[in-house]
Amino acid sequence: MSDQTHMHAEHDLAPGDEEQHSVGVRILGYVVGLALALLLTATSFFIAGTDLVWQPSIPVALIVLAIAQMGVHLVFFLHITTGPDNTNNVLALAFGLLVVFLVVGGTVWIMAHLNANMPPMDQIMRMQ
Amino acid sequence: MSMTATAGRARADPHHIGVVIEHPGPASKRIVTAYGFWVFLLSDIVMFSCFFAAYAVLSGQTAGGPKGSEIFEQGNVAIETVCLLLSSFTCGMASIAADVRNRFWFYLGMAVTCVLGVIFLVIEFREFADLVARGYGPSRSAFLTAFFSLVGCHGLHVTAGVLWLLTMMAQVFAKGFRADVLRRMMCFALFWHALDIIWVGVFSVVYLLGSGV
Repeated sequence: MSDQTHMHAEHDLAPGDEEQHSVGVRILGYVVGLALALLLTATSFFIAGTDLVWQPSIPVALIVLAIAQMGVHLVFFLHITTGPDNTNNVLALAFGLLVVFLVVGGTVWIMAHLNANMPPMDQIMRMQ
Repeated sequence: MSMTATAGRARADPHHIGVVIEHPGPASKRIVTAYGFWVFLLSDIVMFSCFFAAYAVLSGQTAGGPKGSEIFEQGNVAIETVCLLLSSFTCGMASIAADVRNRFWFYLGMAVTCVLGVIFLVIEFREFADLVARGYGPSRSAFLTAFFSLVGCHGLHVTAGVLWLLTMMAQVFAKGFRADVLRRMMCFALFWHALDIIWVGVFSVVYLLGSGV
């Protein structure tokens, strides 16, 4: 039996729980998260109303900033990490995100094509 | 070497790969509870994604009614956003205080969270009441239906969160920082942070993107 390696399987972390830190370190994490979130929010509101950037880039920028801010919230407020004790939480999140992207992306894609292929409303009314 | 598990119940090497993993047994109730609530939150987010998809499709269908850029007030939305962000922060402070069993900071953090949540709800309610009074209620156009259902659904969640928050303060007051109360507090913190994540989507997609349409 001496060729066997002993590994201790640590328990998972509950979603929202952090590894053992002192109170000061934990508060600092929330402060950093709040600062980043405020910065991203301010950028979003600034970008939405500005004339300084190429206008078609604004929707893309807003979506990227929103996703970045959701990431900040997940990491600093919900404490979702890539560590091995978080695997279950990350897998559940990944599945949730898959469904979200299928629903939103699929709906927008299909409905845009339906709109493009439909005759204008007054023509439909005349066909009836 | 016998095939039976003679190594004891705490050790297992079922595939004989030479690695013995010491299983610590079933997960604690805190982990199971929080994980179950996490799965609920994700399904809640999936439900919100349907409202988001409906809004994205219907945001241009104004039926001669107002467009988003004509009814959205960015100043109000900015105040609402800051309120929710700060309340997420104070909720985090309250959960740290609960972990170290400090009643004063727990009550203070929860009270500030409650006040910020109520300010958010008041601003949102006044916005809705103002729109309805001007004749731009949810029955005016498909765009307004999608707007009221998405933002109103988030507002209902925040209302439920505020009620839950008051319940948690009362439970800590009556029962102290018991293990079951701390589990509920952890679920509440998850819920409140998740609401803030959804609000990020709401203000980006509905108010900022919608006012450009």
